[in-house]
Amino acid sequence: MKFRLPHAGGIAFRRRYGASPLHLLLVATSFALAVYAGVRLLKADTFGVALWFVGAALVHDVLLLPLYSVTDRAAQAVCGASCARDFVVRVGVNHVRVPAFVAGVLLLVWWPLILRRVDHFTSYTGLPADGFLARWLLITAALFGASAVVLLVRMWHGTRASRRAARARARVRKARK
Amino acid sequence: MPAAAGRASDTEPEPEAEAEADETGPQWPTRLRSAWGTARTAGPPPGPARPDFWRSPLRGPWLTSVLGLVLLAGITILFVTGLLSYAAYNPDLAAVNDQTPDKGWLGFYLFPWPTSPYWLYRVTQGVHVTLGIVLVPVLLAKLWSVIPKLFAWPPVRSVAHGIERLSLLLLVGGAGFEFVTGILNVQLHYIFPGSFYTLHFYGAWVFIGAFVVHVAFRLPKALRAVWPRPGEPAPGTQDAAGLVSPRPAAPTISRRGALGMVGLGSLALLVVTAGQSVGGWLRHTALLAPHGQDPGSGPNGFQINKTAASVGIRPSDIGPDWRLTVRGAGRQVDLTYGQLLALPQSESSLPIACVEGWSTPDQRWSGVRLTELAALVGLGTDTPQVFVESVQRGGSFRSVVLRDNQARDTRSLLAVRVNGAVLSHDHGYPARVIVPGAPGVHNTKWVTRLAFGEQA
Repeated sequence: MKFRLPHAGGIAFRRRYGASPLHLLLVATSFALAVYAGVRLLKADTFGVALWFVGAALVHDVLLLPLYSVTDRAAQAVCGASCARDFVVRVGVNHVRVPAFVAGVLLLVWWPLILRRVDHFTSYTGLPADGFLARWLLITAALFGASAVVLLVRMWHGTRASRRAARARARVRKARK
Repeated sequence: MPAAAGRASDTEPEPEAEAEADETGPQWPTRLRSAWGTARTAGPPPGPARPDFWRSPLRGPWLTSVLGLVLLAGITILFVTGLLSYAAYNPDLAAVNDQTPDKGWLGFYLFPWPTSPYWLYRVTQGVHVTLGIVLVPVLLAKLWSVIPKLFAWPPVRSVAHGIERLSLLLLVGGAGFEFVTGILNVQLHYIFPGSFYTLHFYGAWVFIGAFVVHVAFRLPKALRAVWPRPGEPAPGTQDAAGLVSPRPAAPTISRRGALGMVGLGSLALLVVTAGQSVGGWLRHTALLAPHGQDPGSGPNGFQINKTAASVGIRPSDIGPDWRLTVRGAGRQVDLTYGQLLALPQSESSLPIACVEGWSTPDQRWSGVRLTELAALVGLGTDTPQVFVESVQRGGSFRSVVLRDNQARDTRSLLAVRVNGAVLSHDHGYPARVIVPGAPGVHNTKWVTRLAFGEQA
C-alpha cells in the first residue's frame, strides 16, 4: 500500500528528503511525543537515565550478540572439520545449542535472583533467597540431559537405519553374484 | 517487520533517483560533495558493514517478519495492560496515589478503576508481567535477525533514512529500557536510576511513538514477506531488504528449527514464571520467579509484599495502644481493637494482586465493611472517597485514597481476620484494607486512620 502526493510536488519533496511527506509527518509526530515524555523521563537523573536508555539499545547488539556468536562458532569448531561431512555430527551442534539457549535466556531474565544480587529479598517478601541458583542448575542439567537422550535416540535410529541399508546392499550384491 | 534502514522510496529505480538528487540537490561546498561521493562509491569498509560479513543463511524478511508480527501482537498487549495498571492506581484522584505528578497529557485516558470483576487487576497485571518475560527470547531473536541493518552502508542514505535511524534508536532503546526496568523491578533489584513508576511509565511513552512509526512503515512489507511465500528472496534484491546474506554459510539449523528454539525459550520462561500469578499447585512450577514459593503454611501462609519488619513496624505501633481513628463530616471516632471486633463482621473472598505480576488465589477475609465504618461518622449512605493511612512510618504507599466506588463496594473491608485466623503481622495486623480489583499496595496494611471525604 502506498500513498502518493500529486506528482510534481511529490517528486521534488522526495528528491530532497528521501521519502514521502507522510513519512516526515509520522516521524515528527512520534518525536514530539518522545520529547514530551522524554523530558519527564530525564527530569530526575538526566545522565543516568540517558545512559540506561542508550545502553539498553546497545546491550544486545554490542555485548550479547558478539558473545553468543563467538560461543556458537566455538561450539561448531569443537566438532571439527568432520561437521561439514557428517550430517549426524553437524546436526549434533543443535543438541548443545538449544539447551544452552534456553538455559541462557532463563539466566538472562532471572540473574538477579539466581546470582543472589538482591540482598533485601528475604526481608521484604519473607521468602528464602537461596535455591534459585540450585534450581537453575538443575533445570540446565535437565535440559542438556533431555537433549542428550534425544540425540542418543536419533543416533541409534541412524545407525540402525544405516546397518539395515548395509545389509540390504549386501543382499543385493549376493543376489547379483 | 524488517527493521532498520530501508526508505519508503525502495521501490523506485535506485541509481536514477540518486543521480537526480546529486544534480538538483542542495548546493554543498564542492569538497564536501566530492568527499561524500568518494565515500559512497568506495563501498563499505571491511567488517560488519560489508553484506557478506553476516553469513547466517537464516536471516531474511520471512524470519524477521514472523518475529516482528509476534512482537506486534505481544507489545500491543503489553502497552494496553500497562496503561490499565497505571489507571488502576487512580493517580488522578489524589496526590498520594500519584507516582508521576508531571504526567500532563499522558494521563488523558484515565478513568475510575472499577471494583468488578474483582479479579481484573490480577489478570491484567499477571498478563503484563508474564507476557513481558515470555517475549524476551522473541525480542532477542528479532534484534539478531536485523543486525546487518545496524551496520548498513552508507550509514545515512538520505534525510529520511537518517531520521528513521534516530527513530530506531528510540524503538530499540525504548524496548530494552522497558524490558530491563520491568524485569529488574519484579525481582526487587532496584538498581535503575530513579523510581520504577516514573521510568517505566514515561519510558513506555517514549517507546510507543517509535513503535507505531515502525509498524506503519514495516507492517505492509512484513505481511507481504510472510503470506505469499514461505522462503526468502535472493540476496541483494529489493525484497531481501538487506537481510539475506550474499555469502551464506552451510545451514546448521532450519529457519523453522530456529523459530522452534526461540519458542522453546519462551515456553521455558512461561513455565518457570506463570505459576506465581496463577497460584495454587502451579505456584510450585514457578521455579525461578520471585514469588514461586509460599512463605509459610496455615491461614496466613500466602504471599507477602513487604513484611512488617522491612517497613519498620514496631511491636508498640500495633500493640494494645493501637487505635483506629475514623473521621468524616466533621466527626471523629476512635476505636480500640476490641471495639473494632465488636462491630458487625462481614466476609469477602478476594485475591492480592501485585504490580510485580504475582498474585494469590482468593483469600477468605473477614472484617468490617468500609461503609459500616463510614456509618460511624454518618456517611453510611453515599459513602465518599476515603483517605487510608498506615502506621508505617516511611516508604511509598503508606497511605492511599480509595475512590467512592471502592469505598462503597460491599466487598471492601477493613479486614481483621483471614482464612479463619487473626491477621499475621506481615499481613497487616491489627487491621488492613482489602478492596476488590485494586492493586496490592492499595490494600493498605496496619491501618490506623480512615478519613472519609478527605484528600489527605
